[in-house]
Amino acid sequence: MENFEFHGPSTLDQALAAMGAAEDGKFMAGGQSLLPVMKLELAAPSDVISLAGIEALRGIEADGTTVTIGSAVTHAEVHESEAVRQAIPALADMAGGIGDPQVRNRGTIGGAVAHADPAADYPAALVGLGATVVTDRREISAEDFFQGMFDTPLEDDEIITAVRFPVPERAAYAKFANQASGYAIAGVMVASGDAGIRVAVTGAGSCVFRVTAMEEALAADFSAAALQGIAVDSGDLISEPDASAEYRAHLVSVMARRAVEACG
Amino acid sequence: MPTVSMTVNGKQVSADVEARTLLVEFIREHLDLTGTHVGCDTSQCGACVVHLDGRSVKSCTMLALEADGAEVTTIESLSNGVELHPMQAAFKEHHGLQCGFCTPGVVMSVLDLVSRNPDPSEAEVRDWLEGNLCRCTGYHNIIKSVQAGAAAMGG
Ligand SMILES: Cc1cc2nc3c(=O)[nH]c(=O)nc-3n(C[C@H](O)[C@H](O)[C@H](O)COP(=O)(O)OP(=O)(O)OC[C@H]3O[C@@H](n4cnc5c(N)ncnc54)[C@H](O)[C@@H]3O)c2cc1C
Repeated sequence: MENFEFHGPSTLDQALAAMGAAEDGKFMAGGQSLLPVMKLELAAPSDVISLAGIEALRGIEADGTTVTIGSAVTHAEVHESEAVRQAIPALADMAGGIGDPQVRNRGTIGGAVAHADPAADYPAALVGLGATVVTDRREISAEDFFQGMFDTPLEDDEIITAVRFPVPERAAYAKFANQASGYAIAGVMVASGDAGIRVAVTGAGSCVFRVTAMEEALAADFSAAALQGIAVDSGDLISEPDASAEYRAHLVSVMARRAVEACG
Repeated sequence: MPTVSMTVNGKQVSADVEARTLLVEFIREHLDLTGTHVGCDTSQCGACVVHLDGRSVKSCTMLALEADGAEVTTIESLSNGVELHPMQAAFKEHHGLQCGFCTPGVVMSVLDLVSRNPDPSEAEVRDWLEGNLCRCTGYHNIIKSVQAGAAAMGG
């Protein structure tokens, strides 16, 4: 790994100032994606600006209709949060299924969202639940945020400060995980609430996507049986040696049915 | 070079390090605490697990500078040099290791589990060990050791 200048700001302004002064700076939250990338020298920033010490990015607030999670909140904290479990148990469960305990103890919601890995779990949760990404300068709906593989509208010096979730009437996430990494080969968040009925799929394609045919079927009859016979087009999915596009298409249908059943 | 200070196994330590120094490099190369291992160096295997402020983390996927001001505990803290910690003793008793390379990380990982869940079920132990790879034992005896160790610790 190349060397760099390390910054440990305690306010957003300090972090933005450090980024402004850096030649090729990178923010770091939990480092669970950035450090592996830097070790492989796929990234070699001149400056690493840690967001971990910024109090304003921590904390979880829930008020009955929304849950707002600070960007530096770890997956373990989301998993263990009573407030999240009360309001959106599907989100607490999803966070508890990311990677492994040690990754969950460091990795953050903001980092996972900014990284926008096509096999990550949070993209399905954000799009499925109709969440909003809040940054230091604007708010972006989840659907506008995830634009492609590792592709988001974030500016290089823009900091995600929080993610705001509307509380659904019911929601559940089902994932078929890669045995080795825990990442989703296919992960489906099904939710119904003010944002309508949503079926959001991660892992299977190059970016999280919604399955309108399933959403319409569930609107008419919210049951696993209603999804019988509805499949996504494998032509749009990722194909890898350990999981072909056809296999992923099959898994999407199975995970969607499991998620609907888990909604109860 | 930036200076990093932290408490490791109850002792205050401080050193000048390159910013890119990983926590595991700091522990092994600066502090000579070589019980913490580097297996894969790609955040997968868990041989490098230590505790950071009471939570298990992969020390190969953290900068030493990120642990500035923190309290770090490594495998060396468990035994007093005469008697093994009950979890270590359980691993010995139940053949929870063969080559032993992954063992420090496994033990530190499961002590985090037991601190939250004093009497974990087999399924809970298996689930928790997602981030620890052992290429010898097939996990069976590791699970037995963890449950026996937890019981011996009073769970
Ligand atoms: C072994 C292993 C298994 C994993 N398994 C899974 C899994 O099953 N499912 C899953 O979803 N993920 C998985 N992950 C990824 C994990 O969830 C990461 O923690 C996460 O993707 C990144 O979060 P982080 O806080 O570590 O971000 P970092 O690694 O610190 O940063 C990632 C990127 O986001 C940027 N960034 C970070 N925070 C912000 C912010 N607030 N504003 C703007 N930009 C920011 C950084 O600049 C960087 O580009 C796994 C990781 C590992 C190592």
